[in-house]
Amino acid sequence: MSTLTKFLMIGALIAVSACTNAGRFGKGDGYGSGSGASGAIVPGSANDPSSTAYFNQTIGDRVHFLIDQSSLTPEAQQILNGQADWLSRNGDYVAVIEGHADEQGTREYNLALGARRANAAREYLISRGVAPNRLKTVSYGKERPIEICSNEACYAKNRRAVTVLAAGLTS
Amino acid sequence: MKRYMLSLLIGASLFFTNVSSQVAAQNGPLRIEITDGVIEPLPFAVPDFVPASGEAAQVGRDIARVIASDLTGTGLFRELPSSAYISQVRDFAAPVQYADWKAINAQALITGSVSVSGGQVTVQFRVYDVFSDAELGNGLQFSGSASGWRRMAHKVADAVYARITGEGGYFDSRVVFVSESGPKDNRLKRLAIMDYDGANVQYLTDSASIVLAPRFSPSGDRVLYTSYESGSPRIYVLDIGQVQRRVLQQQEGTMSFAPRFAPNGKTVVFSIEKGGNTDIYAMDIASGQTSQLTNAPSIETAPSFSPDGSQIVFESDRSGGQQIYIMPAGGGEARRISFGQGRYGTPVWSPRGDMIAFTKQNQGRFYIGVMRTDGSEERLLTASFLDEGPTWAPNGRVIMFARETQGAQGRSSLYSVDITGRNLKPVPTPDGASDPDWSPLQN
Repeated sequence: MSTLTKFLMIGALIAVSACTNAGRFGKGDGYGSGSGASGAIVPGSANDPSSTAYFNQTIGDRVHFLIDQSSLTPEAQQILNGQADWLSRNGDYVAVIEGHADEQGTREYNLALGARRANAAREYLISRGVAPNRLKTVSYGKERPIEICSNEACYAKNRRAVTVLAAGLTS
Repeated sequence: MKRYMLSLLIGASLFFTNVSSQVAAQNGPLRIEITDGVIEPLPFAVPDFVPASGEAAQVGRDIARVIASDLTGTGLFRELPSSAYISQVRDFAAPVQYADWKAINAQALITGSVSVSGGQVTVQFRVYDVFSDAELGNGLQFSGSASGWRRMAHKVADAVYARITGEGGYFDSRVVFVSESGPKDNRLKRLAIMDYDGANVQYLTDSASIVLAPRFSPSGDRVLYTSYESGSPRIYVLDIGQVQRRVLQQQEGTMSFAPRFAPNGKTVVFSIEKGGNTDIYAMDIASGQTSQLTNAPSIETAPSFSPDGSQIVFESDRSGGQQIYIMPAGGGEARRISFGQGRYGTPVWSPRGDMIAFTKQNQGRFYIGVMRTDGSEERLLTASFLDEGPTWAPNGRVIMFARETQGAQGRSSLYSVDITGRNLKPVPTPDGASDPDWSPLQN
């Protein structure tokens, strides 16, 4: 086994353990903890199931990837299942899926890697019944990190595909 | 700013004249072999250029300082301070007192005169091989607009460098780069251009959209770059003199990035991403006619032409990780040239044609390195948390690159290093900086 492969495998193990701890985009998180009187659904707020806030916080707007990988983990597939269901219930929305990479890579390669990730999420949503013309992709490579430390805890959060909703008619 | 840039370009048309000389040109013992790994810097003196009138005194001093800075900046030369001078140069035409310069061990002496008239500056200079009691090459005269005085100093330094090393110079050149400001999670980027030494910074775009990886045309008059102005990465070509830009044709629903000019200045190679897959294409800028050069499910990007235009070096992860390949300029079978440990990306063909510079990643570190075009003689020149994106000096002897520091306060800045691995040093920029591209020598 090459040193590189070993290195990637060790990295992958770290990434997996990071993923299992990161439940912040899991189901139920945020539901009921939003503002407003108990029981009342405030339109547009996170407890309105047709709101983008609900999509972003409760369904989960993003999936994460292992180092230098664009294949979808079981956790990612579960989140995308929720996204696909939501999109089929809320047909007025279109989405741009933004692919991102961590800073451990060269600029052009990371652009291409982010595109692979965004496309992997898009293809999965299409396979779950979302119309292709509702889903666009863009890659930001390593240009838009959300976490800025230089270690795996941050890198794991930056390796992501984020489904960004926009109101729009399907053409 | 626009007007200044135009006047700089007009000032750029310098005129060369030989200054008549009593001493025949010769290649004496004054010689630096810059391929040598370790070298004792050659001591030289460059007294203030003799002003023809009082108003030229300041520019005479400034020109001598820029020449000294260019030469010492190579690490190959060491300047003797003027406080050590025994004789002063007050008359450019008077015979040189070789004994006085030998006594302070000045092996090379550069003298010059400068006159200012009607917004024009005229510079004459001579180079002396002190220990041969002789002039090295002929005197030369440059003239141009007063605002272009730094370029005249760089021209003098290029001539001195060329005469002593036997290699072409690189001081009269510019660097286009991405100027960076703001924190890591909200970084603002805009294109900027400057002299190779960091002087005369000018901004070419605002920071409203992400801009990436500017690349000079072979004549240095245009720049290709990638911008998110439209919402997704597209390639733009910018005319530096006019500060006008236009977007290259692009298919809907695709991303294009990583452009570089062919040596003919008419063709652009770049990457197009479709449906998650990235390949390399070539486009004729004038007609928009595009041909696909690679066709693989892997990532093919970062193409760079050989100087003769016959081949393209690029990176691909077709073997499972990023490696460097070379293919014919029209596409076709590619041969892998990188085989060391780790990942290899961002290959750039040297202007001399003999080497490929690259970024290497291994065990969480980044390196700038060079290898021969057959992959042999790999040499790593730098190492850090994140070194990336080499670009060649016009003479193929120096490489500039970007280095980003680690952590939440991480900041990117420019560095240069000789291809021997010597003389690693920062290149000054007003703000953070990345993605440098070094121009050819200016005309």
